[in-house]
Amino acid sequence: MEDLVSINNLNIEARTRAGTLKVVNDLSFTIKKSETLCVVGESGCGKSVTALSLMSLLPEGILKVSSGDILFDNTNLAQLSEAELEGIRGNEISMIFQEPMTSLNPLFTAGEQVSEVIRRHKNLNKEKAWASAVELLDAVKIPNPDKRAFDYPFQLSGGQRQRVMIAIALACQPKILIADEPTTALDVTIQAEILALINMLKQETGTAVMFITHDMAVVAQMADRVVVMHPGKKVEEGTVHEIFNNPQHEYTKSLLAAVPKLGEMASKKYPEPMRLVGEKKTKALKPIVGTNEPLLKVNNLVTRYPVKGGVLRRTIARVHAVEDVSFTIMKGKTLSLVGESGCGKSTVGRSLIRLVEPTSGNVNLDGQNILSLNPKDMREARSNIQMVFQDPFASLNPQRPLFDQVAEPLRNYGIVKREVLQEKIGDLFDRVKLPRSFMQRYPHELSGGQRQRIAIARALALNPKLIIADEAVSALDVSVQAQVLNLMMELQVDLGLSFLFISHDMAVVERVSHDVGVMYLGRLVEIGPRQAIFRNPQHPYTQDLLKAVPIADPDKRKSERELNFKPLPSPIHDLTHDPAPSEYKEVAKNHYLLTTDCGY
Amino acid sequence: MLMVLLVVVVLNFLMLHLAPGDIADTIAQTMGGADEQDMAELRKQYGLDQPFFIQLFNYVVKVALLDFGQSHFYNLPVFDLIMERFPATLLLVFSAQILSLFVGILLGVYAAQNPNGLSSLFVNMFSLFGYAAPVFWTGILLLIAFSLHIPIFPVSGMRDITIESGNFFVHFFDVLRHLFLPMITLASIFFAYYSRLCRASMLEVLGADFVRTAKAKGLSKKDVLLKHALKNSLSPVITFAGLSFSAVVSGAILVETVYSWPGLGTLAFNSIISRDTPVLLGILIFSTLMVTVGNLLTDLMLKALDPRIKI
Repeated sequence: MEDLVSINNLNIEARTRAGTLKVVNDLSFTIKKSETLCVVGESGCGKSVTALSLMSLLPEGILKVSSGDILFDNTNLAQLSEAELEGIRGNEISMIFQEPMTSLNPLFTAGEQVSEVIRRHKNLNKEKAWASAVELLDAVKIPNPDKRAFDYPFQLSGGQRQRVMIAIALACQPKILIADEPTTALDVTIQAEILALINMLKQETGTAVMFITHDMAVVAQMADRVVVMHPGKKVEEGTVHEIFNNPQHEYTKSLLAAVPKLGEMASKKYPEPMRLVGEKKTKALKPIVGTNEPLLKVNNLVTRYPVKGGVLRRTIARVHAVEDVSFTIMKGKTLSLVGESGCGKSTVGRSLIRLVEPTSGNVNLDGQNILSLNPKDMREARSNIQMVFQDPFASLNPQRPLFDQVAEPLRNYGIVKREVLQEKIGDLFDRVKLPRSFMQRYPHELSGGQRQRIAIARALALNPKLIIADEAVSALDVSVQAQVLNLMMELQVDLGLSFLFISHDMAVVERVSHDVGVMYLGRLVEIGPRQAIFRNPQHPYTQDLLKAVPIADPDKRKSERELNFKPLPSPIHDLTHDPAPSEYKEVAKNHYLLTTDCGY
Repeated sequence: MLMVLLVVVVLNFLMLHLAPGDIADTIAQTMGGADEQDMAELRKQYGLDQPFFIQLFNYVVKVALLDFGQSHFYNLPVFDLIMERFPATLLLVFSAQILSLFVGILLGVYAAQNPNGLSSLFVNMFSLFGYAAPVFWTGILLLIAFSLHIPIFPVSGMRDITIESGNFFVHFFDVLRHLFLPMITLASIFFAYYSRLCRASMLEVLGADFVRTAKAKGLSKKDVLLKHALKNSLSPVITFAGLSFSAVVSGAILVETVYSWPGLGTLAFNSIISRDTPVLLGILIFSTLMVTVGNLLTDLMLKALDPRIKI
């Protein structure tokens, strides 16, 4: 087949204060007409920069193509004028981006933003452009497109915004669509729908797709061919089957090894660390058994937020964030809560340490009723439960050295004498496998994985019994994610820690948990031992959720027919709404299924 | 909004009441001294012998009925006095505000295009001068320049008294000619703020994802800049313009004094000197009203600009 894009010996340099830095190094590959090429690699490997250079949109003064050329449809893009490039962008080459929340202009309606690109390239008048924008919104499956076209981005959900972005990108039937991590910021169910949509539209229009991702499971779902990049260079290229079944380069192998694959733990009763490439084969991976002694018992936890409104800011409605949830965490074991964003899983974690005040219920930690404690005793109790948050960039103070940040909880509770503080912090740094020389550094000097280790060290400082990890590895690259997960599991064995692991990533959850609870709209719809939930899901929502997870195996692709998610109903109800209590039936030993209607 | 006005009325009254000396002293002074009995008589005439709270209550009720009392100095109703001057101040304040916004945004957008370039440096220097220079100094400088060296604009007053007849346009251009210098002087501080703010806000917005999307659509540089980026970067500028409305009003007092512009500023200046309490209170209430209305307008403008804002 004919080459549509051919990139030859491309070098891209970044101008920094420290001098010029090669971001892309001697990169060559081609994209054929109507094929999907996945470019895969971790953050900073130059994959997005390559995509931007294909759009000729490298940020001026910062990044520059220093040599090599990019041929698009046999034209050298470097030789075109700015006006000619403007005629190509959005018309023949178009692009969708990672963040649907910020990629649309907040001050223009969806219809305006779609019709703008049509008017720019197709010379249609306002009415005709609007009509075809509505048709496009229909094609990307936005319900009631003629009405939703008048909505502003903030009135659309994340998935719908990404659909609008796709409508913009496909408006002029481009020859190639560049998708830069288009589903990374989305829930797994919405990701599955968006991927299926891109595949469907691709088949209908015959456009080529350059798909950029760090997620091997997504690669397996989408790619015809794959280019693997590792700091600025192409390390391997091949068809999707070649890459998955017979990877040649060490880096590709390690990337594949680091991806938790759904189903690979099916035969194992207990979680165990991952085997990373480079570790000795002889190193035994010990399963984490834990105990059967309960540490935390949660009964009928309810958390509702008031919605204020009117002139007097009175409570006019309530968000039913957590609705009658009960579970138990054993000492030395991990319970995972999974569900889509907005299902209330993070609120459960926050309610446990009363960062938000629960409306009712019982939380019992090692015999102590947390919800009835006065502020002083609550402060003491908090030292037993620590949290690790999602964003390692935002959850560390950028202006304090790491030593102070890890030492803060110790100083705060005043339990360690000043003379031994240094030694204690040193031990914590050893524990999370960071060199002690990092103690006087600042967060900006660390990578994402290193920062998350600091967050874990800070959580460990008070010798807690329970750690609540709220999407603690979601923002990390796969290989770093694997290391942090292994670290957490190691600490669990060494210190007998219990984890409440909150995550939307089913494959990670399968790797780390003893027990799993599935949440939907504030309710726990199903809870039980991990093997039971993954092998024998009973609730229709759990079944659909598991179906949506992309599998890192190109032979197990999903078609859109398999997916039928209903949009999440609103959890906001008026003050008189009194939901029925959650009733469960035991379908197998310790495997409970919600029998109350949860709205799914 | 009504609460704000009421609180200001009470506070203003307190402030003036707490200051040493009263109108009786002033009148006595201008008369060249008075004995105890005359002073008591004067105080009774102006209601100053009443208990504090009754004075306050009487005042609030009167204000609510738009009765600001009589000016001690001009011996005219304060309300009429203010209404006579108010349009001039309104004209000055609004024209200066609009001019400084327009120029500020224009310069800000221009500077943001090339943040490290020469043009940006020039705009920065210009702005720095704008807010470093005190408004009376700029005023006097312009006054000297245009009265002595380039006498093309009149330097004082609002109308040319030699023009008596003529149609609407003649008067209109006459006022416009007089307005020019005070307006420039007053605008000179604020365009500096606005241009700096607009530049910073534009720079931030130009790095946003949706600007990248706009470029990826193949839009021209002009459309990306003026349609997608500018609209998003306006809200901090407008918010600040609303907040600085009170500063513009107080700046107007200085400018009016320098150019003898017959507005509330000159009136305020004169009544401070002559301790004309009722006039001063009336002016304070009017400027409060002006500032609150200005803030309300800002909110409405922001709402029109950004559909996410709810009032």
